[in-house]
Amino acid sequence: MTLLDRTDGTGESGGPDGSAGAPRKDGAPREDAAPQTRHRTGRLLIAGLVVALLVLVPVAAGVGAYSVPTTDVLASVAHRAGLGGAALDRVPESVLWNVRFPRIVLALLVGASLGCAGALMQGVFGNPLAEPGVIGVSSGAAVGAVAAISLGLNFLGTWTVPALAFVSGLATVLLVYVMSRSGGRTEVVTLILTGIAVNAFAGALIGLFLFLADTAAVNQITFWQLGSLSQATWPKVLAVLPCAAVGLIAAPFHARRLDLLALGERPARHLGVDVERLRIVLVLVIALLTAAAVSVSGVIGFVGLVVPHLLRMTAGPRHRFLVPGSALGGALVLLAGDLTARTVAVPAELPLGVLTALLGSPFFFWLLRRTRRKQGGWA
Amino acid sequence: MKWPGTGWLRVGPALPEPVSPGDPLTEAAGLHVRLGSRAVLSGVDVAARAGEVLALVGPNGAGKSTLLAALAADLPAAEGVVRVHGRPAGDWSAPALALRRAVLPQSAALSFPFPVEEVVRMGRAPWAGTERAAEDDAAVAEAMAATEVTAFADRPFPALSGGERARVALARVLAQRTRLLLLDEPTAALDLRHQELVLRICRERARAGDAVVVVLHDLGLAAAYADRVAILRAGRVVADGPPGEVFTAGRLTDVYAQPVEVFPHPRTGAVLVAPRRDA
Repeated sequence: MTLLDRTDGTGESGGPDGSAGAPRKDGAPREDAAPQTRHRTGRLLIAGLVVALLVLVPVAAGVGAYSVPTTDVLASVAHRAGLGGAALDRVPESVLWNVRFPRIVLALLVGASLGCAGALMQGVFGNPLAEPGVIGVSSGAAVGAVAAISLGLNFLGTWTVPALAFVSGLATVLLVYVMSRSGGRTEVVTLILTGIAVNAFAGALIGLFLFLADTAAVNQITFWQLGSLSQATWPKVLAVLPCAAVGLIAAPFHARRLDLLALGERPARHLGVDVERLRIVLVLVIALLTAAAVSVSGVIGFVGLVVPHLLRMTAGPRHRFLVPGSALGGALVLLAGDLTARTVAVPAELPLGVLTALLGSPFFFWLLRRTRRKQGGWA
Repeated sequence: MKWPGTGWLRVGPALPEPVSPGDPLTEAAGLHVRLGSRAVLSGVDVAARAGEVLALVGPNGAGKSTLLAALAADLPAAEGVVRVHGRPAGDWSAPALALRRAVLPQSAALSFPFPVEEVVRMGRAPWAGTERAAEDDAAVAEAMAATEVTAFADRPFPALSGGERARVALARVLAQRTRLLLLDEPTAALDLRHQELVLRICRERARAGDAVVVVLHDLGLAAAYADRVAILRAGRVVADGPPGEVFTAGRLTDVYAQPVEVFPHPRTGAVLVAPRRDA
């Protein structure tokens, strides 16, 4: 069911269910099916995403330059979990636990963070075109990472790049938020325009750091900017885990208030939502999620845009479904994307960010055109 | 399925105090409001009492919507005070206010295509976590029946016509079941029949003991349904009283800068207001 497709102005209700002259004074609960059906669709979709993840994870763990049968993967996991099974030989065991699993866990965390952050952002801005990169987190985080690489900073060991990326990403979001506030409120247009300005400034800074960097650093930066999970290690997983976990756990608690925010700021306030506080909390959660994802894996775009959109089209816009659903969907998409990226051109590896952008930007174009058509042009 | 967000008001807010007929549920005293540097309201005194419909009328730009927003505790007073349920507006938290007053905005917007019933159900959000959450289903069904939107309960809100959207927005406000209702031009997008329907609902709510404040452009509707009318001009209240007393040809002609005649209905004797079109 494509809800969005039916939102074109249909003018006066012409259908047989048109209202005029059909007063119903009974006030009894209707024997309708649609909301229930939609809720059930949401539940089924969540269950389906979980099942798909449970299937794809062992498959992805087995596939690659060194192939491990899925049964062996399961046996090894069961063995480590103390549920029977058996340890594998030294090489497959090492491939699984030192190469594949950190990469898979990282893909799941990054994907879940990006998907969830996208759903939250679209809710906060009340705009289905909003994307985590829009308010400047991605490029802000990139500035920190690029600075660390080009200046050869190393004070936190291998964590220096992610840590700096996270700090600068968070600082950028806070800056955007403060700059776009006036008179105690934040206007959406101002916020997005400020995000554009900050994105431009961050782009200039990145260019400056690239100019200052030596050739090796330029290569490293370029690769990082493309977005890839190929450098995945357990320490990197641990670096992302706290931020991603806090963000993912906090997000669903705000789902219902996000629904109310769809009515607009004032009506949401009339329904008891402390709009300003909700915005601050959610901007922080979004920053946490996106910056954590970007800091380890570079800029992986469009997951936060495409995933919430597809879910909204299938199961409706309720955030109590959309927020956890987008986290699961993002995890699934990124896991599948990474599997494709590292197997499609063996022995070379396609940068994941390139793959998602390749598939994601046409979707964004289509969305833009459709939104524009529906609104009859931009205001 | 219960998401963690379901219990979003973890500590159930205190239920509103009971209301007696005649209690002022929202009142402005010596109220001045500025938007930017412009004084929009200057020295307004007005009160909405439990059990009555108060209509705010006046020409465009007179400050009706601003006054309504101030009475809803949306806007800060530059001078003077707004009291909602007896307490200064600024002393209430957003969740506490949401149990005491519902507001219908002038235009109904929605960022995402929620179906109609879910939009109406949003009006029940303030009661989550209180004992009155048990009324949710009944309140939603009753509000949808009263505004005649039950027939398209499952359609996405953005697919509705303007008038249908306006009625859905009203249903959401009614479902909130607060003792104070503030409606900004609820009849603007509606046909004749639904205009009457909406104002009948206002009357019923007042008869049940609620206070209803409604911004209206149609003086005939105001005369027919309001207990009291406040006429605004340039940010001041120029008259406040029963429509039969304050609607005089001279005053309306003066306020609207347009010749107006006021006369009794030939059959019922009710006050009728019409622009003079002699030529």
